[in-house]
Amino acid sequence: MYKYDSYDQQMVDARVEEFRDQARRRLEGKLTEDQFKPLRLMNGLYLQLHAYMLRVAIPYGTLDSRQMHALADIADKYDRGYGHFTTRQNIQYNWIKLEDAADILADLAKVEMHAIQTSGNCIRNISSDHFAGAAADEVVDPRPYAELLRQWSSFHPEFSYLPRKFKIAVIASDTDRAAMRLHDIGIQIVERDGELGAAFYVGGGMGRTPMIAPCINPFVPLDQLVTYAEACLRVYNRHGRRDNKYKARIKILVHEMGAEEYTRQVEAEFAHLLEQGVEPPFAELERIRTYFEDPLFEADLPDDIDRSDPDFALWVDRNTVAHKADGYVSAVISLKPVGGIPGDATAEQMHLMADLARDYSFDELRVMHTQNIVLPHVRKADLHALWSALDDAGLGSPNLDTVEDIIACPGLDYCSLANARSIPVAQQISERFAANGKTEALGQLKLKISGCINACGHHHAGHIGILGVDKKGVENYQLLLGGSEAEDVSLAKITGPGFDEAGIVDAVETAADVYLRERQDGERFLDTYRRIGMTPFKEALYG
Amino acid sequence: MRILTGNDLKTGAVTWWTGSDWSLHVEDAVDVTGSEDEIARREESARRVNAPYAIDATMDEGSPRPSHIKDRVRAIGPTVRPDLTLKPADPDIGNWVI
Repeated sequence: MYKYDSYDQQMVDARVEEFRDQARRRLEGKLTEDQFKPLRLMNGLYLQLHAYMLRVAIPYGTLDSRQMHALADIADKYDRGYGHFTTRQNIQYNWIKLEDAADILADLAKVEMHAIQTSGNCIRNISSDHFAGAAADEVVDPRPYAELLRQWSSFHPEFSYLPRKFKIAVIASDTDRAAMRLHDIGIQIVERDGELGAAFYVGGGMGRTPMIAPCINPFVPLDQLVTYAEACLRVYNRHGRRDNKYKARIKILVHEMGAEEYTRQVEAEFAHLLEQGVEPPFAELERIRTYFEDPLFEADLPDDIDRSDPDFALWVDRNTVAHKADGYVSAVISLKPVGGIPGDATAEQMHLMADLARDYSFDELRVMHTQNIVLPHVRKADLHALWSALDDAGLGSPNLDTVEDIIACPGLDYCSLANARSIPVAQQISERFAANGKTEALGQLKLKISGCINACGHHHAGHIGILGVDKKGVENYQLLLGGSEAEDVSLAKITGPGFDEAGIVDAVETAADVYLRERQDGERFLDTYRRIGMTPFKEALYG
Repeated sequence: MRILTGNDLKTGAVTWWTGSDWSLHVEDAVDVTGSEDEIARREESARRVNAPYAIDATMDEGSPRPSHIKDRVRAIGPTVRPDLTLKPADPDIGNWVI
């Protein structure tokens, strides 16, 4: 894991003290809310429905037990005993007091964390593959490149006031576990003729105008990675629309300008920047890489798992993923208990996950954009002990990628932008399928719920998506089918008229039943939908 | 009727204008029709409230009930965490919100 050097620490500590002064001046009335708002947002502090909300960055979703313990302590000391893991691998606290905010940032700084650039029109937290460094299918660990980009984008003066927020994801395998092409810039580290390079996908995103990013350059040499990213940002910063926030994201620019013309301008800017020498020394990337070397995996570990306990065997089947090292797996801790709140974890659960990471996973945890937690390097021989501890704490739900593993934004229960509640719908759907016993038969079914068009719940990318809308002051839910955030990326389509809260739960089950009736051998829900199209689903839903 | 709401500057807690002060409880809110802008300006400049705004409400069993669900959620707390609402012991509070 990356460790701050003195420069990193100095930057973060200085920002804490700067914010402490800003908050003090706000509390003393020397700053108005209009003056203070952009300052607090630069430090991840929002004002939400019930209180201030603090969003803490977890770079590329990686953290160690010390950091997870610190997050738990913050939940206990300053919040109401829990935190919410988000769809961009961050954590949010919902009940923060302004008078505590600087102290929280100071506590975060002690464990090399911060909330910088988790809001505002800047480059946000860089996200990545939650199985990075463990996945058998990656060409290289993508996190050193994500870290390099994090350092480049932190406090970058030219990109602190972009037309809109800007999100970057970095992966290094053909299997996309980071919704890479639904980011403003998606980068895939690829191998060509024995050399590593970066494929750049630019102009993707969800929100009110979902778009899949086109590839604008299939192979940028890695010693030009930052320069190329800078060129992409420069063209956007120059032409992105600042007159209309709904048309200000780079996806609109690429779409309206055309990918070909946008690429031409990026290449011209890139050529110019190459002459300027903006790329950090390659030695810096080499320095960063040393922090991401493999842990000392043991050799000749047993590959067998005692599956005599059926509950444990089910969890192993559903919640563990193949690892590049023999005798190891990556284990997914579900934050989706039946009827629970997707992504929420209590302080006690966070402490436990931290301890388990220390004991069983080389002190590493990952936050998934699907709002679960990964222990990336677990010996198969330790799985039963791990599962037992998780199960005792309500963290042993065996539901990865099933219909019960629902992504849901905070929705109208917490978010001031939301039009409808997301969480109660997720709770009812997971309860429905846990009760009707169809979860196993349905297999992989990615269900994603957003409480408004901003799509924090990734509804466009759900095999089944749900979008909450406000229909004359009443919550209403649109059903979407056929989305994917993976390497087979696609955008879901709306089935037709929306449903009320009870109706949307029935509608999801109806759609699931169509799949169970129509599927052919080996087909996932998404495959069947793509083969038979929308019509059978609409007929079942609307008669 | 129109009632005035905002957030406490220090804590961020949702508050309601009572006619003389700010309360955590929406049932204390009073009708401010016609004077909402003046009160909001005065109270915000005195730092007794943050980002105040007026909303529509109706009287419901003697107490104001915000017309829009978003403000009813604000008034009580998250429907999915009744233990964190202002009325954790009221089993029917969800019906009031929805």
